[in-house]
Amino acid sequence: MTDTPLLKVSGVSKFYGSRIGCKDVSFELWPGEVLAIVGESGSGKTTLLNCLSTRLMPTTGSVEYRMRDGNFRDLYHMSEAERRFLMRTDWGFVHQNPADGLRMTVSAGANVGERLMAVGDRHYGNIRATANDWLTRVEIGTDRIDDQPRAFSGGMRQRLQIARNLVTSPRLVFMDEPTGGLDVSVQARLLDLVRGLVNDLGLSAIVVTHDLAVARLLSHRMMVMKDGHVIEHGLTDRVLDDPREPYTQLLVSSILQV
Amino acid sequence: MATPLVVSEVFKSFTMHLRDGIKLPVVNDVSFSVASGECVVLGGPSGIGKSSILKMLYGNYAVDAGQILVSHKDRLVDIASADPRTIIDVRRHTLGYVSQFLRTVPRVAALDVVAEPLVARGIQAPEAKEKASDLLARLNLPRELWSLPPATFSGGEQQRVNIARGFITSHSILLLDEPTASLDAVNRRVVVDMIAEKKREGVALLGIFHDEEVREAVADRILDVTRFSPRKAAA
Amino acid sequence: MTDLATYNFAYLDEQTKRMIRRAILKAIAIPGYQVPFASREMPMPYGWGTGGVQVTASIIGPEDVLKVIDQGADDTTNAVSIRAFFQKVANVAVTTHTKDATIIQTRHRIPEQKLTEGQVLVYQVPIPEPLRFLEPRETETRKMHALEEYGLMHVKLYEDIAHNGRISKTYAYPVKVAGRYVMDPSPTPKFDNPKMHMSEALQLFGAGREKRIYAVPPYTEVVSLDFEDYPFEIQKFEQPCALCGAQGVYLDEVVLDDKGGRMFVCSDTDHCEDRREHGHAGELLAQNKEAAE
Repeated sequence: MTDTPLLKVSGVSKFYGSRIGCKDVSFELWPGEVLAIVGESGSGKTTLLNCLSTRLMPTTGSVEYRMRDGNFRDLYHMSEAERRFLMRTDWGFVHQNPADGLRMTVSAGANVGERLMAVGDRHYGNIRATANDWLTRVEIGTDRIDDQPRAFSGGMRQRLQIARNLVTSPRLVFMDEPTGGLDVSVQARLLDLVRGLVNDLGLSAIVVTHDLAVARLLSHRMMVMKDGHVIEHGLTDRVLDDPREPYTQLLVSSILQV
Repeated sequence: MATPLVVSEVFKSFTMHLRDGIKLPVVNDVSFSVASGECVVLGGPSGIGKSSILKMLYGNYAVDAGQILVSHKDRLVDIASADPRTIIDVRRHTLGYVSQFLRTVPRVAALDVVAEPLVARGIQAPEAKEKASDLLARLNLPRELWSLPPATFSGGEQQRVNIARGFITSHSILLLDEPTASLDAVNRRVVVDMIAEKKREGVALLGIFHDEEVREAVADRILDVTRFSPRKAAA
Repeated sequence: MTDLATYNFAYLDEQTKRMIRRAILKAIAIPGYQVPFASREMPMPYGWGTGGVQVTASIIGPEDVLKVIDQGADDTTNAVSIRAFFQKVANVAVTTHTKDATIIQTRHRIPEQKLTEGQVLVYQVPIPEPLRFLEPRETETRKMHALEEYGLMHVKLYEDIAHNGRISKTYAYPVKVAGRYVMDPSPTPKFDNPKMHMSEALQLFGAGREKRIYAVPPYTEVVSLDFEDYPFEIQKFEQPCALCGAQGVYLDEVVLDDKGGRMFVCSDTDHCEDRREHGHAGELLAQNKEAAE
């Protein structure tokens, strides 16, 4: 157990005019920890995710990240160049729709290799070997390395997006409904893959989902959001087995049993 | 003798917000302790709160009041008030739990399910798998099932996977929620032996066993949960 | 001179030339950076060199000697008409000899003869943005230039190798200028890229439709992008020029008949003629001579 968090979020709020996007969110994320943010559409979970990942400027509050040198930096006091560098090296962002996170008109190999080239890798053979390795890890046949993701199924695209994000060994990955558009059997495979990778690589992750089963399987801890507020926060098992807030009880009791 | 688990004055109730906020008391004033090498069995009729006590101890249920003290890495941790990160660490290193049902993970082979707690503690995969194989063999799980995900296994087979997973580590406290419920006589005896071994190793065990024969065989003492029941107090 | 009175010198009004000169100075100050400018309507369609013509019009003076080439040749339509244009609107001397010119406007070639101090090479550029085809958003490409995020350029080269086994891009081959900006050298063959490096001449690039000017000052590093294991290479030709016998120059293929007859000749017509005047003869010329004798 390390004694320093990776991310320190304090008092983050985002207002859209007079409407609340998310209000006064504070928490710490520790290395190797997976945090799920759950809630229905419009509850502010995606707004919060975007505020944490520098894709959206919060109205108030601060988000501090522990850089590889051990120092905390406030994300919103960094230069844009530093933020963008962080996003493509030490962070990953997995979009719900893989087309938002992939370059659909370049090959799978180049999609995986792009981050390596962006940080200065200039050896084609090495880049390709790494791409092959990652395709294997996300269970995409290496014979597909030169195919464009346009020719891939939804599940394959999502796995490719994950490989593309993980190739630089990030320490923190944001995921926005990673299993959103996939059918159930494909979802199960993806979840299992993500779970394995998170464990093997010791990643920290923040996963936004409306699917409590996804939260149960992937996360250690979860936050329940409603109308922009975090209404319940705790160990995932505890929140799901013993929900305290009326809204959380409603969410948990609404799960369809098979 | 060391006492790694001390429960004192724990109260638990559920507030059902979806049913006009009615409050269901579960247990009141639970106090007991379990010593190293001891197996304490929770007794009493079903619905009296035995499983709830185990779930509170494991952190799945929050408590209204009281303390649940666990000796974890040379210090005392109060599960009732610990943050999630501490609870996860306690679960990884100190507190094991064998539930009644296996929560299956799609696509993960039985052998890996069993080996996982060791891998999580940093033990190399081959060593962990070897230990997992020993346990599965001992519990007579057919070898051809080892490489299959347990989702399609029968109740008894799933339970044996679950037991192996719970017993593979050297946790100093082990919570057992009817681990023998769907086992045949042969395998029940294997589990009884395994519990006895854990006791010899100095593990503190707390369990629920409805099977009288097993209970007789493993229990050092039986803790009657009826005395913590709020209904009894009201009556 | 009387017929010139209807025109301002070199066609553009003085305010426009000032504006373009400012853009040029800024471009020279920030090598490889694309400076926006208020491109004017010119009496020729986009794609015919409106950017290059505006740059030339802004820097040309009465004492200058102008050479215009199109794919290396002085005698093709585009070259002839632009040369005629400047003869008419600026009444400047024109030449086809590289060494005599002070300003050379080019569409897609750099002359074979080494350029020297004091000469200016003006390129006509169709699409100045090297990142365009991978990242269509102009806001994003500008940001990428600003933050020096050039990983995408290598993605393009990676794709080339993955699909063709080598970097198959033969023209508009991206370069990094003075260790900072990645630049599209206009659709010149990559054969000419090494000539841009540490060139003694000033190189100016004008894109009329896209309204951008950029520059490589004299003695500036220009490095073609590549991979360590797939280094940048220029085209090699198996045979010398059929007319002048030159080797190590860029050749055009000329089809001679409909029976598969062909020859390879210098793309740079001035270079070829100059060599022939000095007695060099290629295979074809030698055959013709024999036949005549």
